[in-house]
Amino acid sequence: MSFEMPKEKWRGAVNQVKIGATAAEGGTRSSTVTVGGEATLPFLDFEGDTPNRPVIAFEVLDLAPTDWPEPLVEAYGDVFGDPAAWAQKCVEQYEADLICLRLQSAHPDRGDSSPAQCAETVKKVLQAVGVPLIIWGCGDNEKDNNLWPEVSQAAARERCCLGSAVQDNYKTISACAMADGHVVITEAPLDINIQKQVNILVTEMGVKPEDIIMYQVTGALGYGVEYAYTIMERTRLAALGGDKMLSMPMLAIVGSEAWRAKEARLPEEESPQWGRRYDRAILWEAMTAELFLHAGTDILVMWHPEAARLVKESVLSYSAASTESE
Amino acid sequence: MALTAIEIYKLLPQTNCRECGFPTCLAFAMQLAQKKASLDKCPYVSEDAKAALEGSAAPPINLVTIGVGDKALKIGNETVLFRHEETFHHPCGLAVLVPSDLDEASLKQKATRLSELQFDRVGMIVGVDLIALQHVPGSDFRAAATAVAQASNLPLILISDDPAAMAAAASAVADKRPLLYAATAGNFDEMVKIAKEHGLPLAVRSEGIANIADLAAKATAAGVSEIVLDTAPKTPKDMLLHQTAIRRAALLKKNRQVGHPTIVFAVGDTPAAKALNASVAIAKYAGIVVIDFDDPALVLPLVTARLNIYTDPEKPIQVQPGVYAVGAATEESPVLVTTNFSLTYFTVEGDVSASKIPSWIVVVDTKGTSVLTAWAAEEFTAETITKAVNDYDVAGRVKHRTLIIPGGVAVLSGKLEDLSGWKVLVGPRESAGIPAFLKSLPKLAA
Ligand code: SF4
Repeated sequence: MSFEMPKEKWRGAVNQVKIGATAAEGGTRSSTVTVGGEATLPFLDFEGDTPNRPVIAFEVLDLAPTDWPEPLVEAYGDVFGDPAAWAQKCVEQYEADLICLRLQSAHPDRGDSSPAQCAETVKKVLQAVGVPLIIWGCGDNEKDNNLWPEVSQAAARERCCLGSAVQDNYKTISACAMADGHVVITEAPLDINIQKQVNILVTEMGVKPEDIIMYQVTGALGYGVEYAYTIMERTRLAALGGDKMLSMPMLAIVGSEAWRAKEARLPEEESPQWGRRYDRAILWEAMTAELFLHAGTDILVMWHPEAARLVKESVLSYSAASTESE
Repeated sequence: MALTAIEIYKLLPQTNCRECGFPTCLAFAMQLAQKKASLDKCPYVSEDAKAALEGSAAPPINLVTIGVGDKALKIGNETVLFRHEETFHHPCGLAVLVPSDLDEASLKQKATRLSELQFDRVGMIVGVDLIALQHVPGSDFRAAATAVAQASNLPLILISDDPAAMAAAASAVADKRPLLYAATAGNFDEMVKIAKEHGLPLAVRSEGIANIADLAAKATAAGVSEIVLDTAPKTPKDMLLHQTAIRRAALLKKNRQVGHPTIVFAVGDTPAAKALNASVAIAKYAGIVVIDFDDPALVLPLVTARLNIYTDPEKPIQVQPGVYAVGAATEESPVLVTTNFSLTYFTVEGDVSASKIPSWIVVVDTKGTSVLTAWAAEEFTAETITKAVNDYDVAGRVKHRTLIIPGGVAVLSGKLEDLSGWKVLVGPRESAGIPAFLKSLPKLAA
């Protein structure tokens, strides 16, 4: 008797969200990305649809990082301080699916650049690359609320993802996204109930569920990865169970988290017992991402091109058909 | 799966003879269902009923023990598909392949190296769990097994499809309780015989998933009690599907034939790709993951992933309370106080480390709760902080007498100064503010 694959019958599915808009759609992107749509757990395509593969967004900072470890400086040092060139390098050299632009310079403690300056940066990056954009504010609520009208307007009709809407600050970003045709990223502090609450608040303002991506503050391998892993797994199960307010695709911030870990940061001289720093740092980021893939993440925001390449290959191998016919 | 009282009642004689000490068979059944009575109190229960009841009490995935002593690895007895439903109970074993055709000195050196491939994660020692000795035809498998067993107390997996080689090696190290790998359709009877002769756990391997249940059932029928399953997936995708299918069948379909832990040989084109696939196997139900590299740069992420995935979601990882140096801390370095919730500690440690200012961190035992939770629960108070500062002899490490406490518990300052006799500085509310705070900190007076 042959062993039968036990199948689950799921009631719901993850929403499908399209990011980016081509000229025909009112934008200027040369390519778009569609995420979500899964009607099963990650990669279990024998029991439900998995129409879109998870994608990798390369993070680009509008400020030159001052404290990045050597492997990252080697990859991006020549484009630090020039976000457009940085984004271009990610797309042309490292085959980024998307660019995640972080407007760090707007933070009052980090230069306090004006909304007009940020809008200008966004425009330059949009001109430099054809892939869709994720645009992240500086994290200071008040400043971000000043930023969004102009920044969102500068990218109008490009269908970018704007991040992030949080429980006590979601109105401006949602209003801007609706006005200019963007997707909203809702954020929660590793709490599934708060995530749902933010989604409800944002949709009550009129944002359509298909225009939302969810983000739970992420932890890295060795530093809370298990919390994020399980929150994402529970969120995917909720979506498959039919909970419409938890059915949005998920995004994870991997690069900045993984490279905070001392296992990725400490050079060999300070940690000879841990082997080559380059190898362990790359794997630290890649393995953090890999675990999130298998918990249900749709968009991975990553830093190092080699870590991203490894994960992209992995996505392909888990998306491939089984070698055994059922 | 456990039976309900009604299901048990149906298996009892239903004569209400009271000899069990309960007024009715149903009352007895209710006690049985709650595991408050034992079945042997009823003298009239049939053999069939006994078997059914005992079977129902057995775990859906058998426990397998490999090795002896405090390094013995126990795998199996898992009860859920997802961590949050309960927890994953028996951390997956990480095994490293060693070929048997090395000379004796190299084998011993390699075995010693693997035993020593350990990492300290704030008081928790994690490392490689097993040595997977792979028989290379033409080499003396028995001598190799003996050499490895002498050099290391890590449990062994003996890998050979050749029953003669396996019999020789197994008899040499049987007292170390190795896992025999593997019985296949081709060598089945002979491998089963070796496992039974020494009472050892046996892996069964089918090519693909279709025949695994039959092969495992045959091994059970032949009298092997501890079985490990290998479906020999050729690709990462097959691995994920096989692992999911077996765990689901055992738990959801109550398929006892596949109610055994699994072993996965990590596939991939490069060591890094293998490591990534090994991390997926750890998350997706493998009992043992075998890798063919021992580079610490690749092993450290894997043992960390295993530690994380097998953390009980109800009991967050705690850091051993104590005082820790970050960087080359001296008697003039600042002293920060925090709780022993691992995430809190790691965040603080990361930010202190990022400041590049060597410091001491005093970790107070708050039963694994974060700063504000611990404060609310009165685990993080002037009293507990004072006790920690005294117990861990912080005064013996620094000349100054200044403590830095998290901004969120600024209210503790006054009382803490009175109780401890130390000056108290209020640090930032968020850990991210630590680098800026430390950099602007004036030199602490002795
Ligand atoms: S001894 Fe057995 S038959 Fe008699 S009452 Fe108890 S359970 Fe029923």
